[in-house]
Amino acid sequence: MDSQNTSAISSAPTFFASHRLRRNGLAAQIAGRIGSGMLVLWAAVTLSFVSLQLAPGDIVSLLIGEQLRTPEVEAAIRAEWGLDEPLLSQYLSYLTRILHGDFGRSYILQTEVSQLVLSQILPTLKLTTAALFVAIIFGLVSAVLTAGRRIPRGIAGALELTLVSTPSFWLGILLLYLFSFTLKLFPVSGDRSFSALVLPALALGLPLGAVVGQVLRQGLERALEEPFALTVRSWGTSGLVLRLRHGLRHAALPAVTLTGWLVGSLLSGAVITESVFGRPGLGRVTVEAVLGHDLPVVLAVAILSAFVYVTLSTLVDVLYLWLDPRLRSDSPEAAR
Amino acid sequence: MMPLVDIRDLTIAFPRGSQENRVVHGINLTIHEGETVALVGESGSGKSVTARALIGLSGAVVGASRFDIVGDGVLGFRERDWRRLRGSKIGFVLQDALVSLDPLRKVSQQLADAFGHPGYFVRRDVREESRALLHSVGIPDPERRLPQYPHQLSGGLRQRALIATAIARRPSLLIADEPTTALDATVQKQILDLFAERKQAGHTLLLISHDLAVVARLADRVLVMKQGKIVEEGPTKQILSEPAHPYTRRLLDAVPSASSRGFRLSPATQTEDNAPSLHATVVCQRLPLPPKRIDAAQRVLSASGLVKRYGGGFAVNNVSFELAAGEALGIVGESGSGKTTVAKIVLGLIEPDSGTVLVDGQPWSHRSEAKRRARRASMQLIAQDALSSFDPRYTVEKIVGESLDTVGVFGRDRRRRVIEVLDAVRLGATFLDRYPRELSGGQRQRVAIARAFAPRPKLLIADEPVSALDVSVQAQVLDLLAELQAASGTALLFISHDLGVIHHLTDRVLVMKDGRVVETGAVETVFASPTHSYTRALLDAVPALP
Repeated sequence: MDSQNTSAISSAPTFFASHRLRRNGLAAQIAGRIGSGMLVLWAAVTLSFVSLQLAPGDIVSLLIGEQLRTPEVEAAIRAEWGLDEPLLSQYLSYLTRILHGDFGRSYILQTEVSQLVLSQILPTLKLTTAALFVAIIFGLVSAVLTAGRRIPRGIAGALELTLVSTPSFWLGILLLYLFSFTLKLFPVSGDRSFSALVLPALALGLPLGAVVGQVLRQGLERALEEPFALTVRSWGTSGLVLRLRHGLRHAALPAVTLTGWLVGSLLSGAVITESVFGRPGLGRVTVEAVLGHDLPVVLAVAILSAFVYVTLSTLVDVLYLWLDPRLRSDSPEAAR
Repeated sequence: MMPLVDIRDLTIAFPRGSQENRVVHGINLTIHEGETVALVGESGSGKSVTARALIGLSGAVVGASRFDIVGDGVLGFRERDWRRLRGSKIGFVLQDALVSLDPLRKVSQQLADAFGHPGYFVRRDVREESRALLHSVGIPDPERRLPQYPHQLSGGLRQRALIATAIARRPSLLIADEPTTALDATVQKQILDLFAERKQAGHTLLLISHDLAVVARLADRVLVMKQGKIVEEGPTKQILSEPAHPYTRRLLDAVPSASSRGFRLSPATQTEDNAPSLHATVVCQRLPLPPKRIDAAQRVLSASGLVKRYGGGFAVNNVSFELAAGEALGIVGESGSGKTTVAKIVLGLIEPDSGTVLVDGQPWSHRSEAKRRARRASMQLIAQDALSSFDPRYTVEKIVGESLDTVGVFGRDRRRRVIEVLDAVRLGATFLDRYPRELSGGQRQRVAIARAFAPRPKLLIADEPVSALDVSVQAQVLDLLAELQAASGTALLFISHDLGVIHHLTDRVLVMKDGRVVETGAVETVFASPTHSYTRALLDAVPALP
């Protein structure tokens, strides 16, 4: 299998179902994808280790950040990272620690990094999942209802353009002003109830949904131009059923690829939304860690985001196989 | 008895801005129960849009003084009314099931859709019915086919499955729009046989085709359509034997066959694909093609013992042939027979596992591309799909001129040569600045031919160059190819699945099946007295004019 000797960088987020997928059986195809995902993760961890070694200044002061350097702390760090041992065993113990979910200690926040990340990841996951939900619903409705219809299409297009070009913090502030301050329908900040999730999810999800909607609509329109659309309609199928049952699956292929990319970017987009709505979350932790040179936290977030990208890209590839039987290698076409 | 379809003064127009572009100008169409009616004409004649208007899917403005379908007046029908009619009263079959069935859904799911029970999971009774239906259209082992996707079926099975979806709800009328156009000859025969069976059983069929030979066997009545009008109508026998309209005559003459060998298929003065028939009064007679000059002493191409393995089997298995200057060699076979692989080996795009290719007596296969490059210009390709072989952002001048770069013709010389070959393919200098998208199918293939001839090649490889064209356009392209070949003395390797075309154009033929050459020899000998059963089967499958 050649994905094993492709360099990890170039095989990184292959969001497009590559022709490599066409070999072997379906299970082997999926296993191959997961395998190359693991490679990418390993590369990310290694890169984080190497960057620590190559960064200017000694490792101890890098890890301490702006915290006061006392002999006790320094000794603790040296022990934790095994800095007196040879480089290879440092690397191996680093790998082992990461594998066990131990991301070290933040000396600035005086806490275990893994605990910090775990406590903050849930609100972020909630927000991004809700935003994704908003995006998909918005994209689907907008595409299915307006594809191929001149005037509704124009209206939806204009709305989507507005949403895409509106920065999400501005959208957030507008939503807050309208629904929280004026109509008092939703809370202004925090993460205590489901209703507190609504506005941030809209602010984060709508611009994404606009992009997804455009791609879905284009795909849908292309599918409706295909000869099979005429065949399906000649069976007496209604236009809506044609769109939902036949067209959407064709349109989903490019949209899935795009959504995979965009969900990854949701994580970084979450930073701003979390600040505007005063929500806890990984985004704020990351910003504070970067500003405060809290390297253990930054490294953990970097590895985590690599993990998210790899998971999504694998999911996208598997979804592709499910959506398009022609890509499955058990088909005779694949032999060509 | 009341006819199934009774249409008077049908007009169809596409709105274009504030105006409208009328494509059908007041035609009458009557189809009685049990009848097989054929609507024949070239692309752009309005035949397909007429067929679509019968199920309310023309996407245009339809007018008529009378429009009755199975007892319903459909003028003023809304989409809801049309939906009730589609599938239940009229079934519709398009060409090429690979794209006319949803490629992402299983056969069983699509049959369920057609039965009117759409869903991801198929109900048991629907599955039962589907199995019987597939059996009735001659699909052996339907149980195996139901869970498959269209691309997993062979061309013939796929087309049968498509027909099955159209007749699922036992419509009174089946409309088939070019139902066999993309198919191999033997598969085409099977599908036509299926229609013949249905005809025997008393079913009604409206057949749409550009090829009179295809409808000759089936149709009771033929309507010949040209530029939105019915120019001639009558019983099939009469239309075929005594065509009254010159356009019908032209369509008949355009069918390449044994009897057309050495003669032109199209009227000599025809220059444009869709030129109005100025020669309507001229009674067409076949004009002879210029004689060929075959120089048997000069071997342009010789291939010996070519073998190419693919997966577990052979794509090409021990194929040898030679080609002399000015000669035309045909390779005929069905899809998967290995004929295109042979072309790719000759072009040096893939290396044979064993065997050698000599071009002009010099070794060609198993050489580095750097060594081959200087000789590349002496070998040119004409592909089936001209459009996708052009850079869409290039003008015709750049497309044709590109082939001159390799032989070092630049500047004013290059422009002169481009105009020269454009004149030779009857396009002329006015086409220099056109883009591929602005050209008709026939014009594109002419540009492809001009590009191929521009560097004065010794060998021309044409891979199904006319398969995507209407019979009448095909006739013009074949004539052009024959003329240019005769004038230039270029050797021609012509690959086709169409025996009529091969018979018409080439001097010698290789019949290929499963990667092997099963029969070879002079075209007239091979086709007059075939020795191999496969050649006979192929010849039997060719739809012929009586």
